[in-house]
Amino acid sequence: MDEGLRSELSKQGIFTTSIEALYNWGRRSSVWPLQFGLACCAIEMIAASMARYDLARFGAEVFRPSPRQADLMIVAGTVTKKMAPQVVRLYNQMPEPKYVIAMGACAISGGPFKQGYNVLKGIDRYIPVDVHIPGCPPRPEALIHAFMTLQKKIDEQKLTGAQRPRHLDPAAPSEFPVPKFGAHDLEPPNNPDVWHPPEPVTNA
Amino acid sequence: MPVQYPPYLFLALFLVVAVLFAVTPLILARLWAIFFSPQKPGPDKNATYECGLESKGDAWVQFRAEYYLYGIIFLIFDVETIFLLPFAVAFAGLSAGAFLAMMLFLLLLVEGLVWAWGKGVLTWR
Repeated sequence: MDEGLRSELSKQGIFTTSIEALYNWGRRSSVWPLQFGLACCAIEMIAASMARYDLARFGAEVFRPSPRQADLMIVAGTVTKKMAPQVVRLYNQMPEPKYVIAMGACAISGGPFKQGYNVLKGIDRYIPVDVHIPGCPPRPEALIHAFMTLQKKIDEQKLTGAQRPRHLDPAAPSEFPVPKFGAHDLEPPNNPDVWHPPEPVTNA
Repeated sequence: MPVQYPPYLFLALFLVVAVLFAVTPLILARLWAIFFSPQKPGPDKNATYECGLESKGDAWVQFRAEYYLYGIIFLIFDVETIFLLPFAVAFAGLSAGAFLAMMLFLLLLVEGLVWAWGKGVLTWR
């Protein structure tokens, strides 16, 4: 719809919108996070949802204990290799559309425990992460900022066309392979469809 | 004079509105799924257990029927302790008749225990 016509109509007291804008507005204003914490970041996540930082202002105060009722997974803390299959399975069990915030250094890269033999070096090896928050642990303000970033991302999603998000595309998968416990590492060590590590820059 | 309405018309109207109220969101959700958001079920998503772990074994676990006898003997002696406590508290002021009655009560229970022991109820097989 023409932007000039829209503003002209709104001056006359007529509000116009599109299904896409309405859908995105509804989605971003009522995000239900999954209630699970893996390590110390979870304490900051709890603080963010409580009265002092008040995540409820952004419509995300209802932390659900069941993946069936949640659409945002906040991976808050160190993901051990023993826990990784469970995290991926929980993600698979969430209904579409679903989003992931990787909170803290551990969830995005392994953090200070990166050298640990049993620490997954970033949950984005197995599930698609929408927003990464650095910090050890990130303050509740950082989580709120990540949440606002996610809301902005939801707001810009297209309903049709090639740019539409995964859940609107019939060909895109809704479940991601759950890694198995191998002899030395998780098998597979990452999901190549999801994980695109940056190429190392070499100054030849 | 007020207009007379058939009394059941309201009820019928109410029924129609109630059904529409319930069915319309379902139809809209179905249409949304057809036109925009395709349904994508999978083995993980359809799993019964939702704690991230795979369920193992069968939910139809059987307990031995012997457990019932074991449990009921436990219950009897559990109740007996409730009687024993006031008995112990009031012991100094009790008459000989009351003491004998309590001993008889205990004897009956112990007799039952000996019988159950003899039957092999206390042996877990």
